[in-house]
Amino acid sequence: MWFLCLTYVLSRLQGSKKVPKCQCKGRSFPSVVSLLRPLLLDVVPSVRQTAALGLGRLADYNVDLAEAVVKAGILPQLVRSLPEENRYYKKTAAFVLRAIAKHSPQLAQAVVQSGALETLVICLEDFDPGVKEGACWAFDYIARHNPELSQAVVEAGAVPLLVLCIQEPEIALKRIAASTLSDISKHSPELAQTVVDAGAIAHLAQMIPNPDAKLKRQVLSALSQIAKHSVDLAELVVEAEIFPVVLTCLKDSDEYVKKNGATLIREIAKHSPELSQLIVNSGGVAAVIDCIGSCRGTVRLPGIMMLGYVAAHSENLSMAVIVSKGIPPLCACLIEEHEDHIKAAAAWALGQIGRHTAEHARHVAGANVLPTLLDIYVDTRSSEDLKMKAKKALKNILQKCTHLPALEPLLHDAPPSIMKHIIGQFSKVLPHDSKARRLFVTTGGLKKVQEIKADAGSLLQEYINAINNCYPEEIVRFYSPGYSEILLERVESYQPVL
Amino acid sequence: FYISRSIDEDRKIKYRAAVKIQSWFRGWRVRAYLRHLNAMVILIQKWWRGYRCRKHFRKMLETAYFIMKMNFYNEMAVRIQKRWRGYYVRKYIHNYYALKKYLQAVSVNNAFVRSELQEYVEMKENEEKMKDLEKKEKEKKYQARKMHYLLSTEQIAGIYNSPFRKSPDPMELLLRNSKPLSHRRKQVKSPFAYELYDWPTCKKPPAFVTALPLPPIGRQKPQGPFRDTAEVLWQRYKPLEPTLRVAESINSPLEKAREGIKREEWRNPIHDNEFLPFSSYHKNEDDNYEPSLGKSGKYVREAYGTKHFREVYPNKWIADKDFRTVVPSIFLFEKFGKTYSRAGQIV
Repeated sequence: MWFLCLTYVLSRLQGSKKVPKCQCKGRSFPSVVSLLRPLLLDVVPSVRQTAALGLGRLADYNVDLAEAVVKAGILPQLVRSLPEENRYYKKTAAFVLRAIAKHSPQLAQAVVQSGALETLVICLEDFDPGVKEGACWAFDYIARHNPELSQAVVEAGAVPLLVLCIQEPEIALKRIAASTLSDISKHSPELAQTVVDAGAIAHLAQMIPNPDAKLKRQVLSALSQIAKHSVDLAELVVEAEIFPVVLTCLKDSDEYVKKNGATLIREIAKHSPELSQLIVNSGGVAAVIDCIGSCRGTVRLPGIMMLGYVAAHSENLSMAVIVSKGIPPLCACLIEEHEDHIKAAAAWALGQIGRHTAEHARHVAGANVLPTLLDIYVDTRSSEDLKMKAKKALKNILQKCTHLPALEPLLHDAPPSIMKHIIGQFSKVLPHDSKARRLFVTTGGLKKVQEIKADAGSLLQEYINAINNCYPEEIVRFYSPGYSEILLERVESYQPVL
Repeated sequence: FYISRSIDEDRKIKYRAAVKIQSWFRGWRVRAYLRHLNAMVILIQKWWRGYRCRKHFRKMLETAYFIMKMNFYNEMAVRIQKRWRGYYVRKYIHNYYALKKYLQAVSVNNAFVRSELQEYVEMKENEEKMKDLEKKEKEKKYQARKMHYLLSTEQIAGIYNSPFRKSPDPMELLLRNSKPLSHRRKQVKSPFAYELYDWPTCKKPPAFVTALPLPPIGRQKPQGPFRDTAEVLWQRYKPLEPTLRVAESINSPLEKAREGIKREEWRNPIHDNEFLPFSSYHKNEDDNYEPSLGKSGKYVREAYGTKHFREVYPNKWIADKDFRTVVPSIFLFEKFGKTYSRAGQIV
């Protein structure tokens, strides 16, 4: 009899993913599951293993199948029988649990309620690395969904075992354990603190120089999830001496390693000026700028945000960013990227750099950034968020910009809301600088100013009056619109003196 | 009667006149008195007010002087503070030159970091290239080994050694150096084999041995009472199908118990050398005999190790005399070796 069951099960498994599809078309899910269920209780261990494997692959493929597996009450059975079985069964059982838990929080909750966490912890203590990997993976998928599930995982005592798993020599196990720690600590500061208390940071930091790319991804993501919650956690991460090793990750050939490395540095930089100072002193800014220059697409985003955060803290830091040649890559991002959120981030970062003093604004304006920002602001295809960020950035930079040649081109096509800032800047600088006044006239700026119509008493009108007061009457009248008509009329009405 | 009435009226007139005069006089006296009082009062008040105002004036003068002094001090203080604050801010808070130096240092550091990272990238690329090259080399060598029969002989020139070429192709040289590849054993995995490791990811689905391996084409049947070659080969190369008992994991209770016994045995023995049969024991001994320290001197026993631990070169000594104890020795240490019983001393 068991030969028949075997061949039946195996023939189904051989078809791999196509099989579940056929099954879904042909029969209903509960019957499929209920067919497998008695096989789980079979005498022969290999049959049990293959039955469990079949269940796992079914649950992995489809949400409804997973729900059917849960409804059929297989989970408690599986969980109860786990501790006595051999390592293959443990592996496949862990696979089943993970396949169910990955689909949604409710299914994960069902897995937890069937008492799976304790048995998974027992699996974690096993000697076989494959079993440990399966258990880690199951924990990962459970903890991923929401903070309560992560809390349940932590309360089952999994975190110290996970930290032990990280130290194992097998790379796959390290990867999964790092990914699990990352998913646990991402939800809340308390969970991150628990992970830190288990001593995870030191081991994770040791693994950063490892050559395996996927491992580096997970390790960097784990460290960034820990560091993002508070200043103390970020300081703890920094104390593990990750700088300057992390900078080598920014030069890795794998895109996601670069992205996660930049994310880690961003999470550390955003908390306080001292941490940003530390990053600047260790040359992190240069590395991030190079990284931005070499990548394309969403991979750039954390790097851009990091520059924005560093520049936002103080003017010395933003000067350091400028000195490290940070503005050209940001400008290039603004122009080249198609995604709105990356452009918005670049605009925000430029605004943060330029808003401190006139020097900063001059550097930013000198890179020919302002016309680009204006174009983005005016462009109808940009999203609301992008427009708002571009406008804010423009406003911040313009309020400090005294470099008039950079402001000139903006004068011609700016919308009124921006125009008043530009005119305001002119009205501040022109009364004091005679050469600038001359330039202003010769480049046609005065003419443009005359053409602007503003409501009397508004700020714009005051600025225009201030500018007009810098010049003698004749020039102002000369450039005011319609002057040629007035002159012609005078010619007509003039009586020649004979 | 008229006389009395006229006298009476005279009297009344005189009386009234006297009253008038008296009232006038009295009034005049009182008025004079009041006038006098007024004048006195005015005098007093005059003096008193003058006195008070002079006092007040002095006070006002003092305060005005004080205010003038304070203003002056304030001005001076402002001047000092102005200078000091400018100096302090420029030196400590907003040190322009320090800022410039810092920014220069930052850019230098950045350049350094960039160069280091560049080196790192280049190193990595080199490693990758080396790995690729090695892989290719390995591939080539393997191919050469497989195609060793393409080697040219004296009679027939091989493909890679055309007579029109000046020197043989590098492949020819490789072929000359390579050892012919032996037949690889066919590896057939049975479905219940010991490695179920790949199953959860199911990279290699289990393969069944259903068909017999095909015999080579065109072979003549060997003469004689031989069995069918295919059958023989199948039987000879039948894959191992371990029973479930054997395939059970090391964590089964039987295995655990066995391991437990082994551990006990490993732990318990008194010394590590196994008891070997005498013949082989002496075999090893003759090959590598290591004399112990006690037996390895010229005349068997060396004084070194028992009598003294250092070698002594008297001709190198600077002075004849030995060290003298200048400081009195510690009494407790004198007793060293003497308080114990003589039973432990081996003469």
